[in-house]
Amino acid sequence: MSGIYAVTEHQSDEALDDISYEMLDAGRRLADDLGEELVAVVLGADVEAFTGELGVADRVLAVEDDALAQFNPMAYADAVEGILAAKEPRLTLSSVTSIGMDVAPAVADATGTPLVSYVADVAVEDGDVVATSQLYGGKMNVDSALEGGAGILAVAAGAFDADAGRAEGTPDREDLAVDVGPDGVAFQQLNEPEAGDVDITRADRLLAVGRGIDEEDNIPLAEETADALDAALASSRPITDNGWLPKNRQVGKSGKTVDPDLYLAAGISGAPEHVEGMTDSELIVAINTDEEAPIFDYADYGIVGDLFDLLPALEEQAGG
Amino acid sequence: MDIVVPVRLVPDPVEELDPGPDGTDIDRDWIEFVSNEFADHALEEALLIGEEREDASVTVVALDDGLGDVEEVLHRAAAKGADRLVSITGVSPGAPASEAAALLAGFLAEEDFDAVFTGVQSAEDRDGQLAGRLASALDLPHLTVITSVAVDGDTAAVEKEFGGGVTADYAVELPAVLGIQAAREPPRYVTIRQIRNAMRDADIEAVDAEDLGGSVTPATSVVGLQEPETGERAEMIDGSAEEAAGEVIEVLEDHGIRV
Repeated sequence: MSGIYAVTEHQSDEALDDISYEMLDAGRRLADDLGEELVAVVLGADVEAFTGELGVADRVLAVEDDALAQFNPMAYADAVEGILAAKEPRLTLSSVTSIGMDVAPAVADATGTPLVSYVADVAVEDGDVVATSQLYGGKMNVDSALEGGAGILAVAAGAFDADAGRAEGTPDREDLAVDVGPDGVAFQQLNEPEAGDVDITRADRLLAVGRGIDEEDNIPLAEETADALDAALASSRPITDNGWLPKNRQVGKSGKTVDPDLYLAAGISGAPEHVEGMTDSELIVAINTDEEAPIFDYADYGIVGDLFDLLPALEEQAGG
Repeated sequence: MDIVVPVRLVPDPVEELDPGPDGTDIDRDWIEFVSNEFADHALEEALLIGEEREDASVTVVALDDGLGDVEEVLHRAAAKGADRLVSITGVSPGAPASEAAALLAGFLAEEDFDAVFTGVQSAEDRDGQLAGRLASALDLPHLTVITSVAVDGDTAAVEKEFGGGVTADYAVELPAVLGIQAAREPPRYVTIRQIRNAMRDADIEAVDAEDLGGSVTPATSVVGLQEPETGERAEMIDGSAEEAAGEVIEVLEDHGIRV
């Protein structure tokens, strides 16, 4: 077994997703520490457009097939399984994105390869790789040892540095022929997000509410406070999953990335998937009843308290 | 149309977690376990399809590791409209996805079903998410991060979520394993009385994990567990709601944010 193989991802036809370069950052560090080669795996119908910024890798391994033109979990898993069989990588890097969650567990099961998911940090100790997973909504870091440093690591989005993993250049490319097929899953069409009424990525001030808002009937309370603060209303994932606010208000991994002057988080615990979308905010103020909530690690100012007391108090005092 | 919904119990997200005595797992004493919130969405999506189709039945299979109140979770599912309740007992505490997949594959090998709806992820998926592993073990198609399912004959039309609000439509041949991110509607609410009635009327079929073979992927070993290193903690503002709100307004104005 040799080599670190990073399985890059792309939603569009034009460019790799940032997670690909985050994997390459993690992969470069592992490759250097283990004395291995770093290989960027690129999958698609025509991968030419994706190979221009892979200068961090030592080689490119391409699998081209019409079944890989758009993301297909079965065809992608076939391709990665084919690479594992042909190249026997020491480590394979995937992710915890919508694509990675469809590919890594299936490949791990089919090939009997150990998999560690939600990886936010990696270390090499005596030839073994220790991967740190962020679990329980960011409340606990769990270290897993991969014996001989071999297995699959699914990295958490935002944990590694995409800028460090991105460099101009196209390393030598090898093409591998793998038998891939859609196996019962057919891509139909991509849907771009609806513009919606409010663009939270352009708002200077955001009031974001999370699970702590408890029920849909409490949303107007948050709306009133947001109005008083001249802020737009945003939310964490559970709120949009429940349909209490439209999808275009969601901050975080499956939503938007925002960087307002003020981010006021109310009743948001601060799971990694949420924090990823808001850490670049200028000033972060958090309200949460749980003094241990991870959000207080990212906030500039924090209040341990009930948002149902604090939001009305803020509304009343705004404009005073 | 028979839909199977596996449910795992996970630590209540509001619980404060500590490393356990041997440092390889969280301390599972004295904390509450609740059904994985994504499994609640998977159940809701299954129930919605159940309401749309007369021929549909929903089976909920809970993995019982002896820590949470699995019966309550199953009775709640029955109160919501699930048709059949199964408990797989003797599961190891906090069983990872590989073990859950092996057990469920063992159970489903003897079952007729058209679809399995799993929660897209769980708090304890250290070795990956359930849907892909289970589909591989059953040799079925799979797709995850799904926000709606419409069944038409032998095909499910599903919407999959990517990042940044982008979604894609797929057609998936049934039977298949679908990892549900969010149901089309918020998970329904049931009253204590409805749960009590379900408790009286509903049977739970118990299956022993030992009777469900299945190969488990070699797991990696946990060598350490620690609470995340806190960066610089927020400066905390104390006092009554009025006092704290006043101080927040001052902080905002100090940062040039006039309200």
